[in-house]
Amino acid sequence: MKNINNKISGAEAVIRSLIEENVDLIYGYPGGAIMPIYDELYKFQEKINHVLTRHEQGATHAAQGFSRVSGKVGVVMATSGPGATNLVTGIADAQIDSTPMVCITGQVASHLLGSDAFQETDIIGISTPVTKWNCQVTKAKDIPKILAKAFYIAKSGRPGPVLIDITKDAQFELMDYKYEKCHSVRSYKPVPDYSIEQIKNASKLINEAKKPFIVFGQGVILGDAENEFKDLIEKTGIPSAWTILGLSALPTDHYLNVGMVGMHGNYGPNVLTNECDLLIAIGMRFDDRVTGNLESYAKQAKIIHMEIDPAEIDKNVESDVAVLGNIKDTIPLLSSMVNKNSHKEWLEKFNNFYDIEFKKVINDEINPTKEGLTMAEVIKEINNSTKGDAIIVTDVGQHQMVTCRYAKFNKSKSNVTSGGLGTMGFALPAALGAKMGAPEREVVAVIGDGGYQMTIQELGTIFQTGSAVKIVVLNNNFLGMVRQWQEMFFDKRYASTELVNPDFVTIAKGYYIEAEKVSERKKLKNAVNKMIKSKKPYFLEVTIEKENNVFPMIPTGASVSEIRLE
Amino acid sequence: MKDLKTTFTVSIYTENNLGLLNRISAIFLKRHINIDSLTTSQSEIKDIFRFVIVVNASEFMIKRLVKQIEKQIEVIASFYHTDDQTIFLETALYKVKSKSLFDEKHIQKIIKNSQANIVTVSPNYFVIEKTGWREDTEKLYNELEPYGLLQFVRSGRISVSKEPMNISNILGLNSDK
Repeated sequence: MKNINNKISGAEAVIRSLIEENVDLIYGYPGGAIMPIYDELYKFQEKINHVLTRHEQGATHAAQGFSRVSGKVGVVMATSGPGATNLVTGIADAQIDSTPMVCITGQVASHLLGSDAFQETDIIGISTPVTKWNCQVTKAKDIPKILAKAFYIAKSGRPGPVLIDITKDAQFELMDYKYEKCHSVRSYKPVPDYSIEQIKNASKLINEAKKPFIVFGQGVILGDAENEFKDLIEKTGIPSAWTILGLSALPTDHYLNVGMVGMHGNYGPNVLTNECDLLIAIGMRFDDRVTGNLESYAKQAKIIHMEIDPAEIDKNVESDVAVLGNIKDTIPLLSSMVNKNSHKEWLEKFNNFYDIEFKKVINDEINPTKEGLTMAEVIKEINNSTKGDAIIVTDVGQHQMVTCRYAKFNKSKSNVTSGGLGTMGFALPAALGAKMGAPEREVVAVIGDGGYQMTIQELGTIFQTGSAVKIVVLNNNFLGMVRQWQEMFFDKRYASTELVNPDFVTIAKGYYIEAEKVSERKKLKNAVNKMIKSKKPYFLEVTIEKENNVFPMIPTGASVSEIRLE
Repeated sequence: MKDLKTTFTVSIYTENNLGLLNRISAIFLKRHINIDSLTTSQSEIKDIFRFVIVVNASEFMIKRLVKQIEKQIEVIASFYHTDDQTIFLETALYKVKSKSLFDEKHIQKIIKNSQANIVTVSPNYFVIEKTGWREDTEKLYNELEPYGLLQFVRSGRISVSKEPMNISNILGLNSDK
């Protein structure tokens, strides 16, 4: 990058730095302490599209949705004080779900720091536990260097959110601009070295195993290792199950895809976790919603853990062989050492469990005979209409579990959901971000009536940007997941879970979004098809049976093998 | 034993970064672990800082905690040691009324036996310094306390490990001297 002799402002340096990082889309919300940067955005609007969300939280989730489908870093801007604090939920969500994001916040002028100035808040202090890195800038000259470091840290290794807080005087101050991309930070090792010895040990365990079982997570997607992963499982014939964030890394129809693990996962993979002789965890972190009670989790099995983050090794489940490093490098090495195999009888066991689950749970959900509509039959219609090619965005709760269980995926990076944090209100803005990150693809947001109302104002952003997001609200007039727990564990005391809802169709129409409501089974198929055919944003509300529950279920504290079908 | 708690000294080598103390202490807070003492200073390498943190925790917890600390961007490396793996000391200061020194002959004997140093003497007060293990500074505290302590303060533990920590190697600098 050549030196620019004329001095520029810190604010302009922010924009130029973003352009250097190939940023062409920002979600944000202006305010006093970030106005100089917005003034520069105005001048550079040919190069950077700024999307004005209706709330800063919406900006973070939109950036997450954008990142999850595109693999790029999501960028967010907000002002100081409440602008910055409104980012916190989205940052925490990105941190726990390893989503690369750079948030730029304005801050009061440096001479006012600590004086309780108007809209001053210690966002560095507040965001510290939920950021991969954060930094306050008070001198214009530091801006390019710090932003370069921010992008490098956000996207390298195990990705995560970074927050850069820039005081207003630093935005005004003049400086000599020079940009150099960051390629290393001496105290930070994004990808640990792998040990060929450990890969050999892993291959030995795989070659000896009679009942090996793979559980894969988002690491496969973040590591861009879907093909390498598929080669490994096809060579070894190992049945493979996914965590909620690993969903879509392996096509739903793949013969070795045996479904979801965890609390509302499939019957076979949960029960057989406690029967396999080798558990191979790939790019996943043994979340408590996956493992159930750790004291009785896969105790009979040897464990191989392939992971980029050393802090995840032995955190929840102690491994016999830990393979550190980027799975994009380690999986092909492992594949070259393992024997070709097919575990037909073992795989058949998963299929047998699926048959039981189908008879006892799935059939009634997707082909219901009772009057009320089920969540699963709506997902089935979406599958039929999109052929499994859509990006499906979900919020948090029953509809999320049902969608992840029943939605069909042909391509990777197609499942966008709030996994680790479980953030209600995630889906609507995330769907907007997903559509902007993959404009050529169909994006369907499936949301519950509770979470929808947490960020419903982003309908305004969807309308203003004209993003053809398809929004499906599964309305059971309840906070359904909490209600299900109340039914099962609190003697049906439905404490504050019933919702008296507004007319959602009118609200969508108020934002000039075409909208329809369906309450009858015979009208569902046409309504879904009409929505998918539309080239514009579209809202579809489906009235769902009030007490439709999600099964199977592993109650809290129970073992994975104690999964309940009813 | 997963829950058996003992004293561990956590040593952390870091870049000098504003806010890093907050980031590190948040890792303890998140896991509800009390910090018994914390000292930070320049390390043996220029511009590299060293935290020495003493906690009472289980090894199960401390292992995981150290990994979380090491994960922080500005942390170069983090280690944990038991007491027998380190050489460690604390310093305590005792401010006593000068009058006591003359009125209570016994005090002079206490100071002499404890091998403490008198740092300063003024007409109103004098200050004693004692460096050693916790038992040593506590023993002196217990002995002086009946005569009236105007002020007492004890530093956090400082410690060096018996085994090398090889920070220079991690940073790609020359090997440890």
